[in-house]
Amino acid sequence: MLAKRIIPCLDIKDGQTVKGTHFVNLRQAGDPIELGKAYSEQGADELVYLDITASHEGRKTFTELVKRIAAHISIPFTVGGGIHELADVDRLLNAGADKVSINSAALRRPGLVDEIARHFGSQVCVVAIDARQTPQGWKCFLNGGRVETDRYLFEWAREVNDRGAGEILFTSMDHDGVKTGYANRALARLSDELDIPVIASGGAGQKEHFKEAFVEGKADAALAASVFHFGEIPIPTLKEYLRKEGIAVRL
Amino acid sequence: MNVAIIKYNAGNIFSVDHALRRLGVEPVVTADKETLMKADRVIFPGVGEAATTMRFLKEQQLDRLIKDLRQPVLGICLGMQLMCRHSEEGDADCLGIFDTDVKRFRPQCHADKVPHMGWNTLHHTCGPLFKGFDREEFVYFVHSFYVPVNEYAAAQTDYIVRYCSALHKDNFYATQFHPEKSGKVGERILTNFLNL
Repeated sequence: MLAKRIIPCLDIKDGQTVKGTHFVNLRQAGDPIELGKAYSEQGADELVYLDITASHEGRKTFTELVKRIAAHISIPFTVGGGIHELADVDRLLNAGADKVSINSAALRRPGLVDEIARHFGSQVCVVAIDARQTPQGWKCFLNGGRVETDRYLFEWAREVNDRGAGEILFTSMDHDGVKTGYANRALARLSDELDIPVIASGGAGQKEHFKEAFVEGKADAALAASVFHFGEIPIPTLKEYLRKEGIAVRL
Repeated sequence: MNVAIIKYNAGNIFSVDHALRRLGVEPVVTADKETLMKADRVIFPGVGEAATTMRFLKEQQLDRLIKDLRQPVLGICLGMQLMCRHSEEGDADCLGIFDTDVKRFRPQCHADKVPHMGWNTLHHTCGPLFKGFDREEFVYFVHSFYVPVNEYAAAQTDYIVRYCSALHKDNFYATQFHPEKSGKVGERILTNFLNL
């Protein structure tokens, strides 16, 4: 049976892991490779490395880091941040990444999704969507949540699905960092409406939240950062709990 | 031990190379016929499209060479599919090492997402690649085409249908999943292949 995936996310700044609460107040949380190896050994199913300074700074450090990750980590990993064009995707896949996650660039130029799918296959193309509830409904945001767009979450997710995205990584900015659970109603609607896997992101604080994301939110995978980085929820404990609750996980 | 990874126009070669290095082997990535024929082990990896890749292999005359190899050969993912007779992907005639066809997954319900991507279990494992396996282990898959259950099955997996997730015939071994991305379980499979 296909397992529900648990995905630690490592935000990278200047070659180090950091985690923001509400996308600000960065705290150090360890060496990216050591942390990735530890997660892999604990039973993480995939890793996501996000270069959070991508929009502003040079790319070389991160590409070198990706090469080292590929050499040391024996599970799939996705990289994101600062991907603007096909050449960036090519560079990161060549450095050894299994998938790339695009966010702002897709909102600015949706055709990039088609290009990535056509050149490298849908399976490498994760489209990350940062969204928050507004009086008009769920709206998408650019640049790590700093800029509001005129795109709506469900329409945009459908569009990138049709353009060839392989997965949607949906972060609820309302839930991110506050540890009260994932945005399960929005997740369930995405999962019902789309033909591709949905990764839940933003809001994990307890192991029950993961179960809810899989059961109520119908997510295929759940991503979290700080609860893993600071050892609040050890992955083996989480997976044993989920299995006991009847959820298919890899143990 | 000399391990050669067949170099061709496909992705995913680096991750196989890295995985072997983690096991203490220094593979060569090559399309050189002499090197491939002399290697102790040959790995035929791949992520890509079947028809395009078959055309490339024929142009390079690697199609004949792969079929004639007598040392242990391991095909991975697209590599496994290309070792079969025919693939529905691009209506491609393949190498025909395994006398079976490759089919496209046809979803039966909303939950049947294609590609089959993620960690799934192996059952009915048999043969030397799975030596020491005493339970249904999880391995990592990414694929949209599959090989139906047939006489060469070395492992089976259930997704939409029951299909062959590994094959074995004589010196030819193949996995639909990616052992190089399957953590410790993948390492055991690669080690078993090296120790044949």
